[in-house]
Amino acid sequence: MTSSIPPLTAAAMIAAVVLSSTAGEVLTAAAMKSIGDLDEIRAHSGLKGAIRAVLTCPLFFAGVSFLALAFFALLFALNHLNLSLVAPASASLTLVTNAIAGKIFLKENVDRRRWISAFLVCIGVYLLAH
Amino acid sequence: MAHPQLKLSQYAVLALTAICAPLGDTCLSRGMKPLPPISLAHPGQLIAAVFTPWIAAGIALLIGFFASYLTALSWADLTYVLPATAFGNVIVALLSRFWLHEPISLARWAGILLITVGVGFVAQGPSRTEPTQEIQQLPEAAEPTEAVPR
Repeated sequence: MTSSIPPLTAAAMIAAVVLSSTAGEVLTAAAMKSIGDLDEIRAHSGLKGAIRAVLTCPLFFAGVSFLALAFFALLFALNHLNLSLVAPASASLTLVTNAIAGKIFLKENVDRRRWISAFLVCIGVYLLAH
Repeated sequence: MAHPQLKLSQYAVLALTAICAPLGDTCLSRGMKPLPPISLAHPGQLIAAVFTPWIAAGIALLIGFFASYLTALSWADLTYVLPATAFGNVIVALLSRFWLHEPISLARWAGILLITVGVGFVAQGPSRTEPTQEIQQLPEAAEPTEAVPR
């Protein structure tokens, strides 16, 4: 099945997973940053309060929508390509795109330590599952 | 740098995130492979796939992953959480080696080593950083010029 897929189509499938999951993760991270420490919220207002805090945040739903899109893009890709290609490629590329997006959109202080770590893990994930 | 050191319970949340994600992905793969190829013209087949046992188990694991992932993101940076949870791949590889007795190639051992080093690297730093400041001019640099008598 995998051999019949042209490389460009396979790359487009993986790119769809990577881009939608990066958008989803950045939006979700922004939502959770704006909500604050869930452990503290749970300590003050209980589990219901923590769930309410998450479910009343519009950014969270934007993030979940993109993550859902990423999920179906992953299911679609897994139906046509091997897990040993889709999983390492999407996981390792997402690490790098998230580091870039985290720096640009979340203003996270991605220092040299985090860049090196992202690239080491990225190559590691690729080697591990390839 | 509000949280330079994580609590034990917070490490447990990261571990749960790390374990649930790869196991969930494996279940999804197991569930999707036996299905006939699905074309974009029939997206309904993709929805129907959600209700098959392996996909359902994968989704349950991924819900567990998502809950712990959200909790982690509420006290740590995205660029801290993602590499840290990638350690789950190592756990799965080691389980497959020592539990399922699957062979691990040299490249995979190299991958395990790289991920472990990468995770150790990021875990030594702070879990949450303040937003990057725009270029802060150093006041000390201006002082000597001001001190020069006119």
